[in-house]
This record gives sequence, C-alpha cells and structure tokens, in this order.
Amino acid sequence: MNVPACDLSRLPCRPCLRRSWLIARLSGHIELAWSARRGRAGLLALEDSELIASLAGDRRATILTEYDRFDDGTARDHCAARGVTALCRCDPRYPSPLQDLPDAPAVLYVCGELERFERAVSTDRVAIVGARRATDYGLQQARGLGRGLAGAGLTVISGMALGVDAAAHIGALDAQGMTIAVLACGPEQVYPASKRRLHARIVATGAVVAELPPGTPPRRWCFPARNRIIAALGQATVVVEAGERSGSLITAGQAADLGREVAALPGLVTAPLAAGTNGLIADGAQLVRGAHDVLELLFGATALTLLSARADDRTVGLEPDLRALLDHVGGGCDTVAALAGRGVGIDAALAGLAQLELRGLVRRGSGGRYTATC
Amino acid sequence: MGTIENRCEARVRCNVGARSVAVVLARVITFAIDGIDPRPVWVEVDIRPGLPAFHIVGLADAAVREARERVRAAILNSGFEFPARRITANLAPADLRKIGPGFDAALAVGLLAASGQCSADALDRWAVFGELSLTGTVRPCRGVLAVAEGARRAGVAGLIVARERAEEAALVDSVEVAGVEDLRGIAVLLDGGEVPPPAPAPASPTAAATPDAPDLADVRGHELPLRALEIAAAGGHNLLLEGPPGSGKTMLARRLPGLLPPLARTEALEVTRVQSVAGIGHPGVLAASRPFRAPHHTVSPAGLVGGGRPPAPGEATLAHHGVLFLDELSEFSRPSLEALRQPIEDGEIVIVRGQQALRFPTRFTLVAATNPCPCGYAGSERACRCGEHELARHRRRLSGPLLDRIDLLVTVARPSADALNGAPVTSSATVRERVLAARERQHARLADTTAHTNAQLDARLLRAHVRIGGATRRMLAQAYDRGGLSARGHDRVLRVARTIADLADREAVTFDDVLQALALRTCDSTDDAVAA
Repeated sequence: MNVPACDLSRLPCRPCLRRSWLIARLSGHIELAWSARRGRAGLLALEDSELIASLAGDRRATILTEYDRFDDGTARDHCAARGVTALCRCDPRYPSPLQDLPDAPAVLYVCGELERFERAVSTDRVAIVGARRATDYGLQQARGLGRGLAGAGLTVISGMALGVDAAAHIGALDAQGMTIAVLACGPEQVYPASKRRLHARIVATGAVVAELPPGTPPRRWCFPARNRIIAALGQATVVVEAGERSGSLITAGQAADLGREVAALPGLVTAPLAAGTNGLIADGAQLVRGAHDVLELLFGATALTLLSARADDRTVGLEPDLRALLDHVGGGCDTVAALAGRGVGIDAALAGLAQLELRGLVRRGSGGRYTATC
Repeated sequence: MGTIENRCEARVRCNVGARSVAVVLARVITFAIDGIDPRPVWVEVDIRPGLPAFHIVGLADAAVREARERVRAAILNSGFEFPARRITANLAPADLRKIGPGFDAALAVGLLAASGQCSADALDRWAVFGELSLTGTVRPCRGVLAVAEGARRAGVAGLIVARERAEEAALVDSVEVAGVEDLRGIAVLLDGGEVPPPAPAPASPTAAATPDAPDLADVRGHELPLRALEIAAAGGHNLLLEGPPGSGKTMLARRLPGLLPPLARTEALEVTRVQSVAGIGHPGVLAASRPFRAPHHTVSPAGLVGGGRPPAPGEATLAHHGVLFLDELSEFSRPSLEALRQPIEDGEIVIVRGQQALRFPTRFTLVAATNPCPCGYAGSERACRCGEHELARHRRRLSGPLLDRIDLLVTVARPSADALNGAPVTSSATVRERVLAARERQHARLADTTAHTNAQLDARLLRAHVRIGGATRRMLAQAYDRGGLSARGHDRVLRVARTIADLADREAVTFDDVLQALALRTCDSTDDAVAA
C-alpha cells in the first residue's frame, strides 16, 4: 500500500489520522465482515476508498461525507485531552518494526512518556503471549519469564489480557524493567476492566499502545488485529500455554510470517493448555525452559553466563532439606499429600512449604498445589 | 416472680355491693417456652354465676385459644362436669406471649380445682404441663426438659407431664416427676392418690456413645485433612475444606463430632433441651453425642440462625456444642452467611420480635466445604472449564467476612488408589485422646478467663499465652510486610500455632508450629499479585 505524501511539519498528519478515524468509524462494519468470514485477510491493508466501498454498505454516502469533512485538528485535541500521543506512519519516531507489517497501523497511539516508549522500542524486545485461563504453572512461568527478560534489560511486550499476558507484565514490573502493553481498544481504555491497577502501573513505568484512537471500545476483530502488532514489535514471540485453537497461536503464526523468532514453553502432553505450545515446538519453535533459553535464542550462548549467576541467587544458601523440598515441588510433587507419599512427614512438609512460600520460592495455588516461582 | 405458697386460694367468698356473689378461683403453675428458656406462667381460673361462657385471656396465641374446645371435651369425656357458668382463665404474666398447646392440662386442672372436682391443696406442690386430647388423654408436647428445668429453678417440688415424657423430665435432678395417662390420673394424683413410679435414671452420656458414629478408621489417605481436623477439634477452630466433588469433604466433616471431647452433663442437658424444644432427637434420652447439622445451601437466614413466628431455634442453635457443616459454602446466600457472623463471634444469637428478645445459644464449630471453582476441578487432575469471570465471582463469594472467622484452610484431594487400598491412617479414639489432652492444657491455661478454647483467644490473651521467639516474630513480620498476611490473619496464625503446640504437649510455641499454622491459613485472596 502506498503511503500518501504528507506535510511533515505538522505531525501526526491528516491522512494518517483520517485513516485511523475511518478504521474506528468502520469498526462495527469490520466486525460484521469478520463474523461472516468475508475477506478477513488483508482487510486492513485496503485503501481508504476501497474500505468504504467494500464495508460501508448502505451507509456509504454518509460515511463518505464524514470522511471528506474529517477535521484533523479535533482529532489532535482529542488525543491531547486524554494524554495520548499519536505517532503516525510518517513520523520518524514511529516504531520501525511495525513497518514490516503489510497492514501497519496508520497511527500508533501511546499512553505514557514518549521518550521512554522510544527507548523501549529501540532495545531488544520479546513478546510473551498465552492463555487467559492459564494454570498456576503457566502464570508462574510467564511471570518468571517476564521478570528474567526484563531484568536482563529487554522490553517485555504483551496484550494485558487476563492470565499469561498480565502475569508477563507483572513479572517485568517485578524486575523494574520495561514493558509495553498493546491494547485492542483505545490506549487509555482499560480492557479488561479488572486490570485497572496494572494499566496504571504500565503507563507510569512503560507504555500502553493501541492502533485505535482514544475512546474506541474493543470489538472481537480488534484482538487478532492487536496480535499482529504484538508479533511485529517483538523480535521473538514466546507462547506460554495455548490450547489447540488459541489466539496465541495466531500471534505466533504472524510472528513467523514476519520472520520473527517463535518460542514456546512446553507442558504435559496430557494438558489441554499445552497442546498448542507443544505443537509449536514439534513444528520447530524454540523450546523455552526459562529466560535463559530466550536470551540464547536472541543473542547466542554468550549471553548466558551473565544471567545464570543471577537466576540462581534466590536459592543460594537454602538449607538442604528445603532445597530437597523445592526440588520435589519442581518435580511435580506439588501437594502436601504427594510430598507425604515421598516420605516427607505432614508436619515437616507444611512447615517447609510455608518457609519456601515466605521466601517467595513457591506459591500456593488452587487445589492446594504449590508452584515453584523460579 | 411471686412466691409459690399463694398459688392456690380456692373457694373465696366475697361481698360485692348488696348482693353476695360466689367467686371461685384456682391457680396452677405451668411454663411457657420462650426461645429455649422456660418462663413460669400462672393459670388462674375464675368461675362465677352468669351466662355460660369460657374465656381465655393473657396474650395467648391461636393454639392456646383453641384449648377451650379441647379442655371442655376432655373434662366431659373424663367423667367430670363442665360448669355451666361464666368461666375466665387468665394466663399471667399477661405481657408474655403464650405459644403452643402445652397449657391445656393446666387449664383443665385449674377448672377442676375451681369447681371443686379435685383437691386444690396440692396445687402448690405440682406444676402441670401437657396437651389434652378430646378423650382426656394427656399428650406429650415439645420442650418438656426445658419445663422441668424451669420447675427446678422456680422451686416447684413436682411436675406432672404425659407418661411418654416422664423420662425426659426426670433428666433434671431435684424435681419429682409424675407421668400420667389422662386427666383423671391427674385428679387422682392431686387428691392424694399414688404417684406413678418414677422414671428410670437416665443413662450417663458417656456410656451411651452411639456405636454407629462415623469413625476415622474408615478413612484412607487424606493425611493432611486429618491433621487439620485434629487441630480444629483440639482448639475449637473453624475449618474450611476445599476440594473437587467426591473427594471426601463431607465424609471428613461428619467425623469431627467424634473427635471432640464427650459432652459434659451440663452440655448434654443443653443439647437435649434444644432438641426437645425443636422436637428432634430421642425424647427421654440425654444426648450422648455432639450434634452434627448440615443445612442445605438454600436455607434462609431465619432457618440458619433462628427466627420465624413464633421464633424457633435455627440450625446454628441445633448445632450448639457440636458441629455446623456448610457444604457448598459459596452457594449459600450472602444474607444467610452474614447472619452467621454474630452467632460465631458471641456464641449466642438474640432475636428480637416485637416486645420479646429471645436468646438462642450457638456455640458450635463451623466446618465449611467448597469446590475450588464453580465446575469443581480447578487444580485437580481434570481440566477446569470455568471462565475467568466465574472464577472471580466464586472467589468474591468466598472472601466474605465469614472467611475472617475461619482459622484453617485445607485442600482435600482425591486419595490415590494405593491409599484407598492401604491401612487406615488413624482412628477416632487415638485422635480424641490427643484432643482431650490438648483441651486439658487449654482449660488449665484459660481457667480464669472467659475463653474456653484457643479459637476464642483475643488479642490480649494471645499476647499473654502465645510467646514466640525473636526469629519467629521476624518471620511473621516479614510475611506481614510482604502483604501475604493481614492483621487478622496474623492473629489466626498465632491461635492455630498455639493449638499445634498444645497437641504436642508443649507450653512453648516454636518456629515450626507457626510455620505449620502459616501453611494451613486461609488466604484473603489466593492470587492477589497475578490478579492485580
């Protein structure tokens, strides 16, 4: 698609803003086309006039009139009023990885300090995606990956959804590292609403970005569209837990199409939430056992020596019996009953697990199962 | 309350104006049941010339007003004469609401005494309680044990009740009990006839331990829940069992009453009195085992804590001195659970209806059970099918103020096949022995306080009786600072640690005791950080 020439002295430029407005205006129509499975692929790569022609139906005339009368000044004021920065395709600060997309968003709306966002995009970036209804194992691993990668100076990119996405962001925040959330609605909107606190924390220390202008609510088509931005922004995409037909697999596919690395966290072959990730590994995705595997994927084996010393810090100086208990938990003996089956007394198991939990090495999850956090 | 001597002044003659009018008055003592407490009621019967009529006054409910017809038929059918004059019966005190059919016998006796058909002289020695059938038979009614206690408190020498309830009334010492067949039997008794043979002495509560009470010896596997049950029994702690359907939560909860110390005689009397008023249990037998109540989750607040019109004891009171088991805790309505807070905290519930305030005792151990998620399989071998919103709602429903009153949380997992075929882990008798020893320690320690068990330790008593070392204190402070422990949770951990030390027969609470208590604590929210 050819980018219209624009006035570089006045950014974001009018054509890009108008394009972005049009997508939001047609959101409902795209939704209809989406659910009818009409020409899904490449829809967002169409020219403005083609978009209106193919989607607007009998509202075509109205929308054309609105399109012609589009006022870019109002759109700029609208962004400014909500503390959102608009970066259009013509802007040199527009993240270059997004240019790889055939249907790159015309405008990227950013919530959070712009300089920080630029820094975050210019360093190495890893996307972490996965199931919303993740298991305790998945949540702990996502958090651990987020913590490890952000701690190593990388930017963690995800979608702020429930489950794995949120855990990855939280892990990055744990390490006081950089993280970017890509939303399927306007960047200042909190979706899902229960992540209000997380949204505020990411805006304060990283950046929340979106393709749709402020004030736009999410529709179903927005999520796969958002996924392409996540896939494009990351140099590698790590999938933590995905079912057989998960949206995270779409993200992984898009990343592979863009020539990005794809990696996945393995799970039990019997676990439904590991079917997708194990499948990716079978298809050649990098197997991820921890942050070091991702670093090795991106930078080669040299990066490892640096990190391995840090990762083990938390278990250094652990008493032998507690270390044995931690190994049991990591080895799948994750309930008190299972530990008792290994010859650990009930009282000793309870006391030991409480100690490990206090030191942040395990977490007590649902069903009384303990998960190692490192 | 007046003295008892003046209860009977029959055949008084007085002059009103110029005419001389014969006034006949008899007084009989009986008892009304107010909640589960007996209150003395005087039945005064006045017979005077006039158009034949029979009035009952004194805040009587419908069942009492119907007594007129029963009393008239019973008197005639017993071969007595029903005076064809103006009869007024008053139930005093007039401000106490009289409920139920238990006043029939007293009304009939008053009427017979007032009309000179039986001796009024013995009426200050006997209280009368019972319903009459139209044939004159005295029928048993609820709450005889409470009435017998009332008689003892009021200092009445004897109590006349239906023969079927004589044994029950005789559970109260120092009251002579006469069990009668019918109205004629009462008249014979009052005229100085022979007192029917006294009921046999009640068996002692320990001797009559029910043989079919569920025992821990039937349990295979479940080591961790068994440990939690033992701690709950020893310290009187409320317990939450979490686990998938069919993992044995109910089976475990049913075995808790058998781990508690046997009922003391005063406790057994209270339990029997409640059961007698509610019309459940075995009439005439002192309760031998601690009650176990498992109301369905559709129970109303009134059904749970008592109420209704007339106010009746609820499940919380029926579980007094025993175990109240709430299966599917998250399915109970919020008002029902909210209503349980005061009974758990105070050990009694006060129900106010109009002018009355009724007290029902509610000193029970709460055992609640819940699935880990709405479908029940989160964290188990099977995949959980719940949506994120369902899970969040489930968590919200559980994290109510009721959870603040629960000290112990334990996960019940399906036992392995090996465990199912293996030997039982322990037996109720073994555990009860340890529980008894732990309770002894608590009684000795708390002798001069209002608390009975570790679960009732307040902040002041905790400071006095739970001494922990510097390392332990630092560890708890660390847990508190990290946000994994609330202030309330901190106290709960110390209470449970105290019980764990008591079970190990130690005065000092060690680092390990506190760690174990931490591992068994209820969380205010299980996944606070990831759910941020």
